[in-house]
Amino acid sequence: MGKTIVEKIFDAHLVDSPEEGVHVLNLDRVFCHEITTPIAINDLVSRGMDRVFDQEKIKAVIDHVSPAKDSKTAEQGKIMREWAKRQDIKDFFDIGQNGVCHAIFPEKGFVRPGFTVIMGDSHTCTHGAFGAFAAGVGTTDLEVGILKGVCSFLTAETIKINVSGSLKNGVYAKDVILSIIAKLGVNGATNKVIEFTGPVINSFNMSERMTLCNMAIEAGGTCGICYPDQTTVDYLWEFIKDDYSSKESALKDYMKWQSDEDAVYAQEIDFEVSTLEPVSTFGYKPDQVKTIRELEGTPVDQVYIGSCTNGRIEDLREAAKVLEGKKIADSVRVVLSPATPAIYKMALKEGLIEIFMDAGVCLTNPTCGACLGMSNGVLAAGEVCASTTNRNFNGRMGKGGMVHLMSPASAAATAISGFICNSSLYKG
Amino acid sequence: MSQKKAFNGKVLFLDRCDINTDEIIPAKYLTEITKEALKPNLLEDLIMDGFDPSKDLHGVRVIITRSNFGCGSSREHAPWALEVNDINLVIAENFARIFRQNMYNCGMIAAELSSEEIDSLFKDFSGEEAELTTDLENNTFTISSKSGKSRTLAFSISGFDRTLVAAGGWVAYADSKY
Ligand code: SF4
Repeated sequence: MGKTIVEKIFDAHLVDSPEEGVHVLNLDRVFCHEITTPIAINDLVSRGMDRVFDQEKIKAVIDHVSPAKDSKTAEQGKIMREWAKRQDIKDFFDIGQNGVCHAIFPEKGFVRPGFTVIMGDSHTCTHGAFGAFAAGVGTTDLEVGILKGVCSFLTAETIKINVSGSLKNGVYAKDVILSIIAKLGVNGATNKVIEFTGPVINSFNMSERMTLCNMAIEAGGTCGICYPDQTTVDYLWEFIKDDYSSKESALKDYMKWQSDEDAVYAQEIDFEVSTLEPVSTFGYKPDQVKTIRELEGTPVDQVYIGSCTNGRIEDLREAAKVLEGKKIADSVRVVLSPATPAIYKMALKEGLIEIFMDAGVCLTNPTCGACLGMSNGVLAAGEVCASTTNRNFNGRMGKGGMVHLMSPASAAATAISGFICNSSLYKG
Repeated sequence: MSQKKAFNGKVLFLDRCDINTDEIIPAKYLTEITKEALKPNLLEDLIMDGFDPSKDLHGVRVIITRSNFGCGSSREHAPWALEVNDINLVIAENFARIFRQNMYNCGMIAAELSSEEIDSLFKDFSGEEAELTTDLENNTFTISSKSGKSRTLAFSISGFDRTLVAAGGWVAYADSKY
């Protein structure tokens, strides 16, 4: 019987199986941010266990509220900063170097095919784009990860989604994943891994694959995952060139992280994208999805472009294409946060920042900020936001606010008209 | 992060699927660095007809709800917000993976019953004052209402989850074992 990529990764990392169906795995990466890590650090200190299993494998960032907005968030940053220093964690990204965790860690080449990764953050599933098993965990799991470099997982069955067809103009990876979540439901992949395969995935760049895997959790998935291929090798090459004699040899090595032909799946789904239209969510759950056409005319108060879902340079380019030479509607405010400093710099160089500023966009430094309603663009009660983020839960971006999730192009088009509308209108 | 806990007392019925962690404890409270601080804000953003957290949570020790409870963010603040309100037991059809694991890591119980069993509990007991007691030795819940109805139901808890609860949580267990 063949194995799935995740079963192979589990086999390669198994430390213990305390009971049938429970797998304790050793970890290649433990990622940390300032919201869920400080309580773990404090608990370790109070237990007299202020240690880390391997300071090279732990990577940390302050990203959720940056710069600190009040005394409490300042305290969280301080705990992280002092801990990173005390434990000699070299890859700690503080203000000025920091960006949204699931954008900056891949950008630094920290994730490789076949890796196991945990973080106290549900969107850790993003890193599955590299052919890694990457899962969000709670603070106690994070704490044990930091201390011991292990984490326990229940057997993860896999749903394989074969994505085929060709995307129409104005339809993006975000529209694909929102449509998939609508099909699966918010509970459709609970305790399961979602494997994204097929010609559309093969044609996707790493940024698009990250957008897909990022939202696996919105269908309840433990992890989203794509097989490593030439695209993965090209992306990682600057970080792995000392480990391999050539890209070919790297690819050959990474090819072991593929599912076997006769692997067993919980479910296999063919997803044809040729008829997909730009879509948006409309309620408080990410599986409540309608076409932008159906929602056209819905007035918005704010547009948010950024986050680990869609704050990468490719996303900013698409938004800029729509906004170039245009002005945002008077009734709307637009907040844009490039997900990392490197993305910000690229956007500056490419002239995107100028396009945004001329259009009337408010640019912020790289941070999660408004995505989780903590800073930099929180909604007032009754306000509506078109957002490129991943979660539309009630209160997510501010108590009493409504969030419509959509692609950067659709969000940019919405910014110009002041109501939800189809970006293809603006492509001329 | 756990001590011996009680799994008995007044039941709150939440008749909705997919209650997410933002509803259990909104993100704005994630800046707290103690669990206690979360106490007044449990379920503050839960939208449900007729539910008022400021009144309906009074004295509650057990929650019975539908499916996919605890979906969304990984925040352990969600079980902690329950824990500091002395709610250590949630019974549902099923749970989001991270939430479920967080519960056991804290020595709390996330117990699953079939949708038929959950349905019958809602039919027979919601809307009345009901109390539940847990027998961890025999793996049963007994629920009884003021009006005199009573029912005993079996539940299952895996050996590993039981070990975690007995060890005082995952940190203590993992530190001694790995
Ligand atoms: S950008 Fe939003 S979803 Fe992504 S890690 Fe930050 S808060 Fe979470």
